Amino acid sequence: MTVVERREIALVDLLDRLLAGGVVIKGDITLRIADVDLVRIDLNALISSVNARVPSPFEDSR
Amino acid sequence: MTGLRYVYAVCRPYGKPLQAQLTGVGGDPPRLLAHRGLVAVVSHVDEADFAEDPLRAHLEDLDWLTAVARAHQGVIDALTTVTSPLPLRLGTVFRDDSGVRTMMEAREESFLRTLDRLDGRVEWGVKVYVEAEPEPAASAAPEPKPVSGRDYLRQRRMRTKSQDDLWQRAESFATRLHETLSGAAEDSRLHAPQNPALSGASGRNVLNAAYLVPRVKSEEFVEKVDRTKDGTPGIRVQLTGPWAAYSFAGEEIAEEEGS
Repeated sequence: MTVVERREIALVDLLDRLLAGGVVIKGDITLRIADVDLVRIDLNALISSVNARVPSPFEDSR
Repeated sequence: MTGLRYVYAVCRPYGKPLQAQLTGVGGDPPRLLAHRGLVAVVSHVDEADFAEDPLRAHLEDLDWLTAVARAHQGVIDALTTVTSPLPLRLGTVFRDDSGVRTMMEAREESFLRTLDRLDGRVEWGVKVYVEAEPEPAASAAPEPKPVSGRDYLRQRRMRTKSQDDLWQRAESFATRLHETLSGAAEDSRLHAPQNPALSGASGRNVLNAAYLVPRVKSEEFVEKVDRTKDGTPGIRVQLTGPWAAYSFAGEEIAEEEGS
């Protein structure tokens, strides 16, 4: 039986949207999450088993 | 306090106040910064945390990132109850109010166009997982213990075959579901499948999609997703939302990527 689940917002769902979605504006503070794999790389360091075959959700959009 | 400005979203002016207890990133309550026909929702954040170098360093800290992401989402969520906000990406920071105003003015036309497109719409997330090991069918007799090497290999082959069948069923299930839901939505986006190491979810994520749905049609959309529960064994569907239209905020970008 397929179960439709509803539960509290998971961090990954949030990060899908906050780091890959939203309007990208270069603020005065140049973080440029959109342009770098920064966050992905750092999460990789934290979570060693990230699968390299999974495409980055933080792709360079320019 | 040497405050920087953390911007959550841009909206059209809205009448109702945000809930009074709301705190944003860094514990600072969100404030409204009106400029011409737009309102930016901002918090004052500490330069020691949100200037470029500290921010970069903080992003290596999953706990810090989690706290900021939850706070950001909390503000967007509250905004979603009173208007249809245009969310900005996490970590959009300006020196001062005038920097925010300059940005709003420069992008005014594009903001207004996108706000029109998203007005009265919400985002629903739908994910499909396939279980790594199919659950043994309830009707089947317990598998006999292999008595020989040949028995063992035969049982293994059968398990592999049923796993292959399951992948195939999952793939066509996900494709059909995505087609159905896309037809019921105004727009859709496919996110990269989530890594189980990050999500902690069991099974493999084969569909991670977002759908833009008018608020008034949401109930209908959710029912459509709910009806998939009589689907295929070993396949799990997860619904999240309603979200602000995060995945549909970048109009120009989406068009470039779609080519």
